[in-house]
Amino acid sequence: MHELIIEPGSADRGYWRDLWRSRELLRLLAWRDVAVRYKQTVIGAAWALIRPLLTMVVFTLVFGRLAKLPSDGAAPYALMVYAGLLPWTFFSTAVTDAANSLIGNANLISKVYFPRLVVPAAAVAVALFDFVISFIVLAALMVWYRFFPGWQLLLLPGFVALAFMASFGLGVWLAALNVSYRDFRYVIPFVVQLGLYISPVGFSSNIIPAPWRLLYSVNPLVGIIDGFRWCLLGGQSELYLPGLWLSVAVSVLFAWLGVRRFRRTEKTFADLI
Amino acid sequence: MSQNDIAISVEKLSKRYLVGHQTRERYTALRDVIAREARDFTRRGLDLLRGRQIVVGDEVEEFWALKDVSFEVKQGEIVGIVGRNGAGKSTLLKILSRITEPSAGRAVLRGRVASLLEVGTGFHPELTGRENIFLNGAIIGMTQAEVRRKFDEIVAFAEVERFLDTPVKRYSSGMYVRLAFAVAAHLEPEILVVDEVLAVGDAAFQRKCLGKMRDVASHDGRTVLFVSHSMAAIENMCDSALLLAQGRCVAQGDTHAVVQDYMNSVGRVAVSPLAERKDREGSGEFRVVGMALENADGSEAAAFKCGAEGVLHLTIDNRTGRSLRNARVAVVINDAGGQRVALMDTWLVDADIPELVPGETALRAVMPKVALAPGRYFVTVWSTIGEAVVDWIKDAGAFDVEEGDFFGSGRLPPPGYGPFVLEHHFLVGERSGNLIEWRKRKLSER
Repeated sequence: MHELIIEPGSADRGYWRDLWRSRELLRLLAWRDVAVRYKQTVIGAAWALIRPLLTMVVFTLVFGRLAKLPSDGAAPYALMVYAGLLPWTFFSTAVTDAANSLIGNANLISKVYFPRLVVPAAAVAVALFDFVISFIVLAALMVWYRFFPGWQLLLLPGFVALAFMASFGLGVWLAALNVSYRDFRYVIPFVVQLGLYISPVGFSSNIIPAPWRLLYSVNPLVGIIDGFRWCLLGGQSELYLPGLWLSVAVSVLFAWLGVRRFRRTEKTFADLI
Repeated sequence: MSQNDIAISVEKLSKRYLVGHQTRERYTALRDVIAREARDFTRRGLDLLRGRQIVVGDEVEEFWALKDVSFEVKQGEIVGIVGRNGAGKSTLLKILSRITEPSAGRAVLRGRVASLLEVGTGFHPELTGRENIFLNGAIIGMTQAEVRRKFDEIVAFAEVERFLDTPVKRYSSGMYVRLAFAVAAHLEPEILVVDEVLAVGDAAFQRKCLGKMRDVASHDGRTVLFVSHSMAAIENMCDSALLLAQGRCVAQGDTHAVVQDYMNSVGRVAVSPLAERKDREGSGEFRVVGMALENADGSEAAAFKCGAEGVLHLTIDNRTGRSLRNARVAVVINDAGGQRVALMDTWLVDADIPELVPGETALRAVMPKVALAPGRYFVTVWSTIGEAVVDWIKDAGAFDVEEGDFFGSGRLPPPGYGPFVLEHHFLVGERSGNLIEWRKRKLSER
């Protein structure tokens, strides 16, 4: 018969196995958040399309028309903006939602046991769902501009994985901090807002002067957004390889630090929340 | 008895919390406040950098919610856990259901454990009954295949067939609880840990739930740990019981003996002075810091007398330094078994305190004729401003009601006929006709 031993430190044993067993819970929590989100709204899931679309229009007007910044190669400015907006929207929603997920599910955490990592993971999964939806808009835009991606598209899943890793790491780290120090509730929106300006969302990272390019790539979003553009714009944008590797390294570091921090403080969540 | 019969064995289980206290200066100057805030701020900043837990207050104290608790439970047994609020019952259940880790000691559980610390954990008001069954099932640890298999049974048990596709926010509270319990009741763990979940729901459904739990134990050989304040439910259900007091296990064994122990101990336990009680909830803008019994003439009384006037004198301390508006104070009276008996509420009688000045205020709850049967009663005080709970202390105090000549007949109501003495009289005479005039006449003759 299954024997469970509870003593100080016992939660660490078999953690990853428990996590694997909770995959169904993960799916249901993500499904719940998706199902509930657009209840009592008039246009429902259309919101997932309207928000990135409007942002794209504004960015294209401000950066492309008014500031007259160059696009990548021959790609239309709007398409370039949208290709950057996809990973950025995913990243910012994933980080914000994951960071607030533990607090939002406080009643679950104080009443039921399950590996807590499931909660922020579900939040990131929801962001991933939105991300897939917003691809519909991209497809429509490409048809509109008669612009089609090349073989590079095949490498897109790799960059999606990279975006996932960076956002999950940061989100999980902030979630753990948010439980003990509610100050982070005020810090997160601010950081996300700043992130929009320091990441090449509304403009191409080609406008960054060459000597600064590597330093700029410390922001993992730079490598991710550049990668997305390279995949989606059929090679119209060049890939800056040293920067890409730096972004990969920083993303991996984020994920490692985040999960480590989370695991260390996890057992006190129920007492603190 | 072989080792295999033991489903749960707990050895010296302990749980420590850190609690902070705010030392309050009697006369507060702005300078002192600034100095204190600055000191707190630096300390919290340092704690944050060192990654330590932040404790609010000037002094940090260790508090053992559970200390060296040991016991064993055999397979197929239903064990009741009793004790006053704050005795450590919930902490024990939380440790056994792995929500929090113990600070020391060890527990071995043989079999799959499911805990039901609150009915409807994770129910989402916007989702339909059907959707919530699947969600709640996953949360308490059922696989989706299991939920699908038992779906019809769950729905039938909860009696909500007609409302399956209605969002649960439109459910009555009774339906909500029924659905939530039904999901949990169909989870099939070897060990079921249940906290005070039956305090809600109507009597018929409570009986049904108790019956279901008993079935689970006797038919399927499952083990149940059961916390309740209802001594009737405990005596009814449990094979043996465990009494916790201040984090320690003070009695265990035969249910009836443990319940008796508990009943006696609640009477004797020296409740710490109300002003020093820490197990309160609420924002604390004002606090109930004193409670005393008074006779009609204002002199202090040791007990109320059945049928006489009784006054419960509460002292309320407004700690904000400014006047508070529309404070509502309610006094809930429970019997020794934890059953609610009566409620006295400023709102109910339209007497909320319009303006509560800073400092201490006396609030007297006057019962013109105490109609409680002789015995010991416990008082829970609950106060709010608007919707917000300000101060809430469970079992804030106790009082005794002595026998008294309630009816003015020179006779005492006999014990054993319920918690109330009912005001009444009898009239003998006319068999029919307009009785109103006749009654008036009869009553005026008396």
